[in-house]
Amino acid sequence: MAKKSKHTSWDLSPAPESTGHVDIKKKYDLFIDGKFVKPKSGKYFNTINPASEQVLSSVAHANEADVDRAVKAARKASGPWQKLSRKERAKYIYRIARLIQERAKEFAVIESLDGGKPIRESRDVDVPLAANHFFYTAGWADKLEYAFPNRKFAPYGVAGQIIPWNFPLLMAAWKIAPALATGNTVVLKPAETTPLTALKLAELIQDADLPPGVVNIITGEGDTGAAIVNHKDIDKIAFTGSTGVGKIIRKAIAGTKKKATLELGGKAANIICEDATIDQAVEGIVNGIYFNQGHVCCAGSRLFVQESVYDEVLEKLKFRIESLVVGDPLDKNTDIGAINSKEQLHTIEKYIKAGKAEGAIMYQNNCDLPSKGFWCRPTLFTNVSQSSKIVQEEIFGPVLAIQTFRTIAEVISKANNTPYGLSAGVWTDKGSKIFNLSSQMNAGVVWANTYNKFDPASPFGGYKESGIGREGGLHGLQAYLKF
Amino acid sequence: MSRLEVLKTYKIYIGGKFPRTESGRYYTPEQNGSKLGNICLSSRKDFRNAVVAARSAQGSWANRSAFNKSQIIYRIAEMLEGRRAQFIEELIKMGASKAKAVKELEESIDRLVYFAGWCDKYQQVFGSVNPVASAHFNFSMYEAQGVVSIVAPEDSALLGLISAVIPVIIGGNTAVIIASESMPLCAISFAEVLATSDLPGGVVNILTGHEKELIDHISKHMDVNGLLYCRENVPLSFDENCEINMKRLSHLYSTNWSSEDLENPYLILDHLEVKTTWHPIEQIGGSAPSY
Amino acid sequence: MKNLLNKPLKKHPDFRHTTTIDQVGVLERTSRITKRSIKNEAKMQGLKMALNMIDLTTLEGADTDQKVRQMCNKAKNLHVSSIKLPTTAAVCVYPSLVKTAKKEVEGSGVKVAAVATAFPSGQAPLDVKLADTKFAVSEGADEIDMVISRGRFHQGEYNYVYDEICAIKEACGKARLKVILETGELGSLDKVRKASDIAMYAGADFIKTSTGKISPAATMPVTYVMLQAIRDFYTQHNIMVGMKPAGGISTAKVALHYLIMVKEVLGEQWLNNNWFRFGASRLANDVLMQIEKQLSGAYQSADYFSKD
Repeated sequence: MAKKSKHTSWDLSPAPESTGHVDIKKKYDLFIDGKFVKPKSGKYFNTINPASEQVLSSVAHANEADVDRAVKAARKASGPWQKLSRKERAKYIYRIARLIQERAKEFAVIESLDGGKPIRESRDVDVPLAANHFFYTAGWADKLEYAFPNRKFAPYGVAGQIIPWNFPLLMAAWKIAPALATGNTVVLKPAETTPLTALKLAELIQDADLPPGVVNIITGEGDTGAAIVNHKDIDKIAFTGSTGVGKIIRKAIAGTKKKATLELGGKAANIICEDATIDQAVEGIVNGIYFNQGHVCCAGSRLFVQESVYDEVLEKLKFRIESLVVGDPLDKNTDIGAINSKEQLHTIEKYIKAGKAEGAIMYQNNCDLPSKGFWCRPTLFTNVSQSSKIVQEEIFGPVLAIQTFRTIAEVISKANNTPYGLSAGVWTDKGSKIFNLSSQMNAGVVWANTYNKFDPASPFGGYKESGIGREGGLHGLQAYLKF
Repeated sequence: MSRLEVLKTYKIYIGGKFPRTESGRYYTPEQNGSKLGNICLSSRKDFRNAVVAARSAQGSWANRSAFNKSQIIYRIAEMLEGRRAQFIEELIKMGASKAKAVKELEESIDRLVYFAGWCDKYQQVFGSVNPVASAHFNFSMYEAQGVVSIVAPEDSALLGLISAVIPVIIGGNTAVIIASESMPLCAISFAEVLATSDLPGGVVNILTGHEKELIDHISKHMDVNGLLYCRENVPLSFDENCEINMKRLSHLYSTNWSSEDLENPYLILDHLEVKTTWHPIEQIGGSAPSY
Repeated sequence: MKNLLNKPLKKHPDFRHTTTIDQVGVLERTSRITKRSIKNEAKMQGLKMALNMIDLTTLEGADTDQKVRQMCNKAKNLHVSSIKLPTTAAVCVYPSLVKTAKKEVEGSGVKVAAVATAFPSGQAPLDVKLADTKFAVSEGADEIDMVISRGRFHQGEYNYVYDEICAIKEACGKARLKVILETGELGSLDKVRKASDIAMYAGADFIKTSTGKISPAATMPVTYVMLQAIRDFYTQHNIMVGMKPAGGISTAKVALHYLIMVKEVLGEQWLNNNWFRFGASRLANDVLMQIEKQLSGAYQSADYFSKD
């Protein structure tokens, strides 16, 4: 980096996480019925490191016949799994939680290698939360009657689960843990750009001696997901991903016995009132939109700042963005890693172009980017309005659109002026205003004076087009039981 | 000298008012060969108007205190009790025996009283404080979905209707109901009860007409958040159309609407969303680390 | 070189209404700063920087001329090493020992700071505090570390606190003024922020966390809030104010985290001893051990580093 004038510059030296203890196989087969088996399709595809564009491994591409084989295994395992004492079921899930904790470092490194997220986040957020999710949920397995008093319930049977690439291991945990705790068996498909931690989880599940077929993990692309959704012997679909695909799934299961939990897109409002604790709010803005490269469905992508503090917030935000380190996901100092895929980078770039074309004013962090890999500087746009494309549509990247407001009534109306309803942020130092704003937000999660916090005990999920159902907490169990 | 009976005109109920259908059409359902009356054949525009009324009433209805909602639902029960004779007569007219009519009316009143009591309790029973690991207070509570469209039971003109709509509105939703096609009389008379029960206009809107004609518009309407279908089989297109704006679909069907299975708070929760709120907890003093 | 002496700003805000702070948000931010990994050249550079920012301190009732002379010697000659090491920024002593210290550090570039104003409690009349200050300055102190009247502050007499600092500032003349907030007695981060604002408007050249006599002394969250106050003051008035966390910082690792915090909150122009100091007595040797570890690759023993 160039020396700055006048005073000594003090730049951080590279601090790469070691990869010595990480074992990634050259090739991965499908995990069905407790074993890794070759795909009937005979096909494999490569998964790459988005920070270097180098191939990490080759993974199987499951076709309909492979899906069928996985569903059959799950069905066969279903009866015995349901009959197993609930205490024993809980113990299996606890065991998985502990094994993840033991292998945390390896999971974190692979998550960063395969998905591009900073090691600081995979180490401090994704992996511990995944382990905690299993640990929290395990204890429910033998206490379900307290979760749903005066209600008769039974597991669905076989759950088909399709997860996204933004939190690969964590989403696998969110899906698998409640399914198992409630007595379902699972066919899970990780995203095609980030299959590796799910496959490592398959190895771990093998090591945990979970009965064969209870969890089946199959890799593939969109067609694999479609085959899961349309498979006749699946009772329950759980999907996290885009609203577009969510709608296709919703339509596909209409008229069938299948039930769906859908965690879809968002375009969350993050509202900064003039009496907010401004410096902490600026941190909240940064956590809201630049966490995980903005690949977060609940990202605070629409920022609303009260006009009287707009200049101050903007100045502080720009200054703060300058201290964000963009680069090698494995460097412990990296704040913003690689964009997950070339395709996603194109999408983000398309929106940045659209923002400029609409007359929005762009500001980006001034850092150098690596020559290889997929990168996007933390970006913010001013001079936008509710009618701007970059305000209306989910970008799923580190791109913030900033609007101003004058009154609370105005910002409530603008914040809810979206087909989405996943999350919202409100920042004010006044208690009564917090309760007003948080109760007026049409959103499943409201962060008041904080943002992007997750916990296994805290239910997560959206209103309106952001999805159906909740994951996490007591509420997340409901999605895996029929009453 | 015999007196000429004054016949009742059955109109629809939108936004607290009783308009005729904008289409000017009617149909004449019969029971055992005798005509029940001229019933409005509601159009898609009536449905649209009803959704507008329901939407504009929703925010303030949801914001009413739970205690107040409870009093209003109880008031509906009182008003229904006061109109026993009329409802019994209508039920008989629509084919019930005297004994059955009395039973249905009384069970309807009792069901209203049952649910009136839940208004200010379900949140207490099902809301939760979630013990998160970080320094945050985290709680989940239930909120209304918004506007819910109800295709009311076909074969239970009063008890079925009440069993469907009351749990929906208790949680702060407003409702647009398509009444039983073959037995619509009680639905309109029930609207008259609602209109005199302190229930704000627009919270419940009742249309009469053909399910087949309206069902597509109901399931496609972008400003409807939830659907409750109370007849035997959910039509495929109804289910499929939920995709358009991710409507929440529930199916409530019973061959015995007087069953106690239809009295539980989960029927309220079916039409609610879980909202979870986080807020930091300052860590100063006590055994907490110093600032 | 910019003039290093600030002046009181006569036009100041109503101190009853100052910026509010969310403590949990601050803890999250500072905890994230501690996740920064400082390695290799960056570490060596940071360690040397830290040494050169230390106000080597002795503030005991039992302090003697000999004790102060020994400490001054340490400030000038921190350690015999294969590389050239900086001196500390200053030594910090009671007013009665300023003359001794001044003589001892002469020509070394090490400054002499004196605590004054009825340190550490500040419970004395203003004329006593002024006399204390003037005495220290007349004895040759380059810097004065004053304490604010916390009692008055808690009584809500913010303008009294402001006026008092203004008066001391005037008495300092050419000596730079560090204003000790004694944050361990303030009770909340909101009050830390308020006291920071009062001190800066009253002309503080540095704001300083603690006397070292009260626990907790310097912490990262408190320092972060003070740094943000400095940044806001700089943004609004284009006046730089220095920062001195004091007490409780005894390891090189923690010191480096403080420096990262300064870099990220204020920018690199604050990363020198004109604008940042550590008030510490034990920190120097741990930093020195780390430097020698960087040079030799071997973990060090305290027996090889002088204790003065």
